[in-house]
Amino acid sequence: MRKLSLAATCLAAAAFCSGAARAEDTTLTIESWRTDDIAIWQDKIIPAFEKTHPGITVRFSPTAPTEYNAALNAKLDAGSAGDLITCRPFDASLALYDKHQIVSLNDLPGIDDFSSVAKAAWTTDDGKTTFCVPMASVIHGFIYNADIFAELGLSEPKTNDEFFKLLEAIKTDGRYVPMALGTVDQWEAATMGYQNIGPTYWKGEDGRLALVAGKQKLTDEGWVEPYRVLKRWSDYLGDGYKAQTYPDSQNLFTLGRAAIFPAGSWEIGLFSQQAQFKLGAFPPPVASAGDTCYISDHPDIGLGLNATSKNAEAARTFLSWVASEEFATLYSNALPGFFALSKHQAKLDNELAKKFLSWRNDCQSTIRSTYAIVSRGTPNLENETWNASANVLNGVEPPETAAKRLQDGLDRWYKPAK
Amino acid sequence: MSSAKLNRWPSPRWHILVFLAPALSVYTALMVIPLALTLRQSLYNGVDGTLAFVGFENFSKLLFDPTWATSFWNALSNNLVFFVIHMALQNPIGIALAALLANPKLRLARFYRTAIFVPTILSFVVVGFVWKLILSPLWGVAPSMLKAIGLGWLFAPWLGREDSALIALSLISVWQFVGMPMILIYAALLSIPDEVLEAAECDGITGWSQFFKIKLPLILPTIGIASILTFVGNFNAFDLVYVSQGAQAGPNYSTDLLGTFLYRTFFGFQLQLGDTYMGATIASMMFLLILFGVCTYLFFVQRRLQRYQF
Repeated sequence: MRKLSLAATCLAAAAFCSGAARAEDTTLTIESWRTDDIAIWQDKIIPAFEKTHPGITVRFSPTAPTEYNAALNAKLDAGSAGDLITCRPFDASLALYDKHQIVSLNDLPGIDDFSSVAKAAWTTDDGKTTFCVPMASVIHGFIYNADIFAELGLSEPKTNDEFFKLLEAIKTDGRYVPMALGTVDQWEAATMGYQNIGPTYWKGEDGRLALVAGKQKLTDEGWVEPYRVLKRWSDYLGDGYKAQTYPDSQNLFTLGRAAIFPAGSWEIGLFSQQAQFKLGAFPPPVASAGDTCYISDHPDIGLGLNATSKNAEAARTFLSWVASEEFATLYSNALPGFFALSKHQAKLDNELAKKFLSWRNDCQSTIRSTYAIVSRGTPNLENETWNASANVLNGVEPPETAAKRLQDGLDRWYKPAK
Repeated sequence: MSSAKLNRWPSPRWHILVFLAPALSVYTALMVIPLALTLRQSLYNGVDGTLAFVGFENFSKLLFDPTWATSFWNALSNNLVFFVIHMALQNPIGIALAALLANPKLRLARFYRTAIFVPTILSFVVVGFVWKLILSPLWGVAPSMLKAIGLGWLFAPWLGREDSALIALSLISVWQFVGMPMILIYAALLSIPDEVLEAAECDGITGWSQFFKIKLPLILPTIGIASILTFVGNFNAFDLVYVSQGAQAGPNYSTDLLGTFLYRTFFGFQLQLGDTYMGATIASMMFLLILFGVCTYLFFVQRRLQRYQF
């Protein structure tokens, strides 16, 4: 019943919108989960496109992030989805392509301006078909309050020991919460915790690909150790971190009550606006001095074409533009922290964003370990990783038990070719 | 003779059909058919990309395969706890409040009645959000209020702890919906004729014993209805958990109800893709559970309830 009424609402909405559009114009609708970006799309990105492409009007119509997948799937099934579909990376979008709901973009002008690594998140397993134009990636690391660091005479940590000494120093001082992170929303613990520091231990792509190939298991040292490190974090989180939500953590940090925020680069925009202090950032610390550092440089947003779109030609024009240098520069600067993936070198204005981006030169990049291939079944590895990371931080599940549970879950459905 | 024939074969009452038709067709289109389709869907599954009839395989998977069964039984037991807390608190408190409100000596009865009933008409989203703020260990008023009366040590991040999150949510839900049984029972209490109560008073039955011996038996059928509404509402519950704990019903699935489990399965969540067949199976299980509960009530309780006509 729910599905039916949802479909009916969508149909009604679509009918209303198409009726309202001017007849001579082609109107493109973009489905997205980036509700935060409405203003940027409407004030900067869309006007820039419409200026050079008369006759095409673009509407940006996002859904709340947690509901996006469900709403999008329902709309696509009902045939009422917009012309352009913002693509989640890896399996979620691959499933759409496999269901013929989004189409191949191999022949799109401009698609060759992306490296195969950039396209990997939206390319079939055999590497032959790309079905979304890569828009942006996000990089993980730690953002800190530089004023607090200066006040307490602290400097950016390079190794784990330095990192924990730093946390201890802030805790001893007692005026600030060392680290702003809560577990109630779960994904924070996994995305900003485990996936942030983890690549250092499983050696980035080497470990990830070995896991996908079945040559490593989540119970191996490289995959359990990050949970052990994560467990040590719990001493340095705020009071009541178990019921602290993600917006709570953001507020705690931007109000200057916490010193360090385990982050993704997507925070840069909001923090630059809201924080009244100087911001700094450092990459995930390494085990011992001189080790190679690893960062999670995760392709996050792509844009695909709805297979049933009636404005396919106009939509392809828009997609081509998304692949252009103009878009890359516009987007990276409008949304600092979302780094364009094309080969064009976009010039960035935001200092913090530049810093995050500079780690690409010093460290090895990898993507989130659970995003490709190993989260296709039930139980879902990504979702279970949220749960396990939160449990470890809450102290209700030892790292080894959590790792074993995840591997057992994976073993139930995932049989990699040996 | 012809008039006798007419009496025996009255003309069909078409107007009944005509007047029922709109409601009936809407109800059939929006409730009956989708329900039947859901039940049918639970017997199918996508095998190698094609639709295949699998009989009760989905159900056995849900009940016995550890991948699904762990979540299912966990959600079901949480649902039972949720229901038991409601039954233990919401209805007794509702009855007590109704009894107090029905007391003619109570001043400002209308104000209390409205104040207690208002949360019922609030959206789950508002209630979940407000309570999350109140209970927030960082900015909530709960910790500071407890501190002010010297009970600061009592505070814990209740919504973030496995042992307390479900209870906290149940209490929030009780707070929100206590107005429902209150209003129903209040109406029932008001409908008790004064003669009955006067007669009781003549026999020397007053105060508490009047409530337990005269009023309570008379409002039992209403309490039954309130209970069954609570049961159906609790086993369909979803919104409050979704709003305050997210679709993964944390911490560690301790607040996972059948509703949130259904949502995660049917629509998918984050990287989990939606599985409409298993989703339909869970929905069918919910339907069967509620059907079973309601039927049990109707056969074993409702039939034995005495009704008094005045």
